[in-house]
Amino acid sequence: MSFDIAVTLRRARRTIAARITSEAPVVALFGPSGAGKTTVLDMVAGLVRPDAGRIAVGGEVLFDSAGGVNLAPERRACGYVFQDLRLFPHRSVGQNLRYGEALAPVERRFMGLDEAAGFLGIGHLLDRRPRSLSGGEAQRVAIGRALLAGPRFLLLDEPVSSLDRARREEILGVIARIRDELGLPILYVTHDERELARLGAEVVQIGD
Amino acid sequence: MLAADEWQIVALSLKVSAVAVGLTLPLAFALAWVLARSRMPGKVLLDALVHLPLVVPPVVTGWLLLLAFGANGPIGGWLERALGVTVMFRWTGAALAAAVMALPLMVRAIRLSLEAVDPRLEAAARTLGAGPWRAFATITLPLALPGVLAGAVLGFARSLGEFGATITFVSSIPGETQTLPLAIYAALQVPGGESVVTRLAAISVLLSLVALVASEVLARRAGRGAHVL
Repeated sequence: MSFDIAVTLRRARRTIAARITSEAPVVALFGPSGAGKTTVLDMVAGLVRPDAGRIAVGGEVLFDSAGGVNLAPERRACGYVFQDLRLFPHRSVGQNLRYGEALAPVERRFMGLDEAAGFLGIGHLLDRRPRSLSGGEAQRVAIGRALLAGPRFLLLDEPVSSLDRARREEILGVIARIRDELGLPILYVTHDERELARLGAEVVQIGD
Repeated sequence: MLAADEWQIVALSLKVSAVAVGLTLPLAFALAWVLARSRMPGKVLLDALVHLPLVVPPVVTGWLLLLAFGANGPIGGWLERALGVTVMFRWTGAALAAAVMALPLMVRAIRLSLEAVDPRLEAAARTLGAGPWRAFATITLPLALPGVLAGAVLGFARSLGEFGATITFVSSIPGETQTLPLAIYAALQVPGGESVVTRLAAISVLLSLVALVASEVLARRAGRGAHVL
């Protein structure tokens, strides 16, 4: 089972609930804005604590309210590509890429900086500062940073929604290659049905 | 130029201010952190307490220090018995008074810089494998550094100018507690002291100017690239 998730979280005005049980390589959370899709990713990453439920990825339990399990974010080994990217502004692209790599245990690393840079086509950007990057470049750097941290699975939050059509195709191609060549389970948030079809994702509806 | 005893006044002022800022910086940082990040109850009260020295008449602050740190005061008595330390009428007391007066300015500057650091960047660092302390040291601290440095230099400049609380708490003892502003005041009381006043006042303005420019330059240097995408 790649994703086995059942969580609820009560917020001020609404309750966010998600139930995801899937073997598919790409699982897409689909639903209107404000339904809580990003919050579900935050719960899987350990950044937001669910009120109740259980989160297991690839057989490893990350959170279980009944069993008293709640791994810290740094122990979950998730490659989270945030919608707002969150590249570190005071570090160069190369330093951003190495941030997680340096912290990952050797046995979890599956690709080095050169390989990742080649894979994503960002080798020429290593000395640049994040704020000097274009949208597509920054997106690829964020994906590279997540991959180099040696994740066991990926959380991708609308990774192409802010890009123009050409860049969108390019990034979707990269994600398809991650799916096929690296075999990492991917939890993907979008509200665009074309992306779902392109990635052959299993769809989980969030919200009404 | 300055006479030897005037240089000594400048040296004492610099020593008092440096010690005041050095001692206050960790406390100011901790307070700024609590005020910027924590959701503890009573934060409003803590905020008000920290800012009190900014608005209370300095002579009152000095008098309160006298009550607390005097030989019979609760803290002063303990310092005396336990550590054999006296701050009354000593330069250490002048540093203490300067520290209390500089604290609000330092907390304000550091707090603003901490509030400007996007906590989402720390969250990103956590998902990349950094524990809370590493995320703090590699993300929060470097990004807040401009404000921390600016706060320290601002506190230093404020300490150099400290007058009211100091003269109330530790009096104006040449060579021990008589810092620049106190020496200027003392010289003003002496007939024909104008030339001393002029020289010391010029030094005061110069030191303050250097501190403020340094604060600005440091902040810019540290802030290079420190802009959230």
